[in-house]
Amino acid sequence: MIPMNHYLLLSAVMFIIGAAGVMTRRNAIIVFMSIELMLNSVNLTLVAYSAFLGDVTGQVLVFFVMAVAASEAAVGLAIIIALFRRKQTVNLDEINLLKW
Amino acid sequence: MTFEQIMFYVLAAAAVGSALMVVLQRNPIISALYLILNFFCLAGIYLTLHAQFIAIIQILVYAGAIMVLFVFVIMLLNLGDAQALKTKLTWQRMLAVVLVFGLLMEIVYLFTMPEATTAVLDVDRSIRIGEVEHIGTQLFTKFLFPFEITSVLLTAAIVGAIVLAKKKLD
Repeated sequence: MIPMNHYLLLSAVMFIIGAAGVMTRRNAIIVFMSIELMLNSVNLTLVAYSAFLGDVTGQVLVFFVMAVAASEAAVGLAIIIALFRRKQTVNLDEINLLKW
Repeated sequence: MTFEQIMFYVLAAAAVGSALMVVLQRNPIISALYLILNFFCLAGIYLTLHAQFIAIIQILVYAGAIMVLFVFVIMLLNLGDAQALKTKLTWQRMLAVVLVFGLLMEIVYLFTMPEATTAVLDVDRSIRIGEVEHIGTQLFTKFLFPFEITSVLLTAAIVGAIVLAKKKLD
């Protein structure tokens, strides 16, 4: 029998790794994959609470999160392709038109 | 230790390790493959929570559909080792690590509060909840409206992706 803490801590560690990836990596695609990592860790929290509290709502919410993640991946990768076509790079430091 | 516990801890270690490799690898294609490994580990962890439906969907949608899209784009853009981006601004990195560590402490504090962890896993109940039948019933009764909105969202995403990735933006 695995205590609830362990699921939550695993999820926290994975979220933190994803957040670190978003903040430190400059490759747009790896930043994007780190975001998927963070989404997944939140899914784990939702499923853990859903199972432990005996409420199906958490798992239904995970279903919706996956739908949002799929559309986010499609649109985000389309943006990356459009950017690459225009600037020949996926380095986020060089994509600075909207920075101050 | 029961089989379930051994499976959980092995999968958890593999999930954390592969997550680290996603962030640390220089080559995006290897990152993507480690991310797929991470998704498979998570699917196994969902099985220890008796969430069969979510585990299968995790493999089908994440490892199957989303990651194929990622790998496809990486290969399409030809972002191999030649594109390994050199990073400057190391102080930015140090600051990020410090901030992330602070965030980790915060989350661990929240998750180890006694209120967060008093729930006990009722195995029969959690098995019943994880079934496709139960989730489907909820999805098409209580959550019917959000479900329909999801289809609108997916349509918008398809149209948006096609418009953005078109050859000419005019």
